[in-house]
Amino acid sequence: MIEVIDLKKNFGDLEVLKGITTTINAGEKVAIIGPSGSGKSTFLRCLNLMEEPTSGSIIFEGVDIAGMNVNINIHRRKMGMVFQHFNLFNNKTVIDNIMLAPVHIKIQELRVKKVKNFFIKIGNLFRKNKKELYKIDTTPARIKQEARENALRLLKRIGLEDKANVYPSTLSGGQKQRIAIIRALAMNPKVMLFDEPTSALDPEMVGEVLDLIKQLASEGMTMVIVTHEMGFAREVATRILFMDEGRIVEENTPENLFSNPQNPRTREFLSKVL
Amino acid sequence: MGSFGKKVAKFWEMFYEHNGYTRVVTGLKNTLIIAVLGLFIGIIIGTVIAVVEVFPKRKRLPRILHGFCTFYVGLFRGTPIVVQLLVAYYVVLPLLGMNWPALNVCVLVFGLNSGAYVSEIMRSGILSVDPGQMEAGRALGLSYSVTMMKIVVPQAVKNILPTLGNELIALVKETSVVSFVGAADLYVAFNYIGTNSYEFMVPYLAMALIYVVVVMIIAFLVKIMERSLRKSDRSH
Repeated sequence: MIEVIDLKKNFGDLEVLKGITTTINAGEKVAIIGPSGSGKSTFLRCLNLMEEPTSGSIIFEGVDIAGMNVNINIHRRKMGMVFQHFNLFNNKTVIDNIMLAPVHIKIQELRVKKVKNFFIKIGNLFRKNKKELYKIDTTPARIKQEARENALRLLKRIGLEDKANVYPSTLSGGQKQRIAIIRALAMNPKVMLFDEPTSALDPEMVGEVLDLIKQLASEGMTMVIVTHEMGFAREVATRILFMDEGRIVEENTPENLFSNPQNPRTREFLSKVL
Repeated sequence: MGSFGKKVAKFWEMFYEHNGYTRVVTGLKNTLIIAVLGLFIGIIIGTVIAVVEVFPKRKRLPRILHGFCTFYVGLFRGTPIVVQLLVAYYVVLPLLGMNWPALNVCVLVFGLNSGAYVSEIMRSGILSVDPGQMEAGRALGLSYSVTMMKIVVPQAVKNILPTLGNELIALVKETSVVSFVGAADLYVAFNYIGTNSYEFMVPYLAMALIYVVVVMIIAFLVKIMERSLRKSDRSH
């Protein structure tokens, strides 16, 4: 699903990623672990081009999204991202946070279709073989209604439907992060990217967020997770990448990597964190 | 005290019985029109400039736009507003062969001028918003400009509202120079009353009072707006 080939990223003179090659298949749950400064987050952020790679390619559904002539917004809609600091929109209520992107994007698509239809109609006045119009089977009001229903359904799923109309500042960290997760889900992404989703949480709230991620995993969502929670990585991941100094030092199934690490650097790291 | 009483009586005669108040009302109306519309234009121009300034400048087009904005801000902050009014009214418009009423010219010049100031205010407002807000919008597949307008700028405006209120107050007071190009503001109205009653003390005192009251009302309205916008910060 995502194929990464020789990905490099520099920040000025600092070489953060020194050539990463890996493939993430549909349905896989890949956990990325490693010491801080190893480039884990940068790698994850390169996957949806939140950071622009210096060189290399990222092939997502057959398109090299690291290339120059790609409308990245279209591809990002299929990749959900969850941040360490939640990043809920502070000026929107919870339900507006969830609805904003789907509604905006669908209404925009509808508008584009209408404009195209308008020009086709004008063109048809002069054509012998009439060109077919795009089908318009919805209205802005209906798009909003559907997005609202979907958002409420997702909120119900995490048990926060009573928080639909409050602002994010009134929520706890765990609630914010779970809402951030369903905000990404509302776009029906093909893959979810988690950037240390529990690192900014109070310890007692880590569990509720991890439980939600586990649920998603069991439903077959493809995921890439940067995490410091080794137990969680071991339980959820189907594959673990250990990164150090901008390279993938070792990758293996959780059982093998945790019980029988091959690389000395991996061994050293695991002995410190386990 | 007796002479002051006489002066007040003279002023009142001119103000009320000889319909001086209609001029004052017109002047006040013009002052407010210039200040409010000027700020409105200023906010639009300022927001556009601020967004251009904070846009990453790696490609050529943003760099050219950035250079243009720097020039614009330098030009309008570097010259007094009186000079801008005179140049616009007596140089630019005749050169363009246009014959606008003075009031329109004033609105435009005040808008252009305040755009330069608002751009800096807005830029600091945008920079005060957590970069994570922009990232979250982009990660959802929204474009830079959509995220800017729907997420970042509304939060920036909330942060800079007190400063924008200041800008409006400054504009209200600066309108007192529009008589240079013949627009009728409060100064023109009270000057008329003074000239016709041969007595300036009371009219100018009244003028000062009106300015103070208008500014206090604006300050109060800004407070109310601030409070209602801040509702997303706290539980309600």
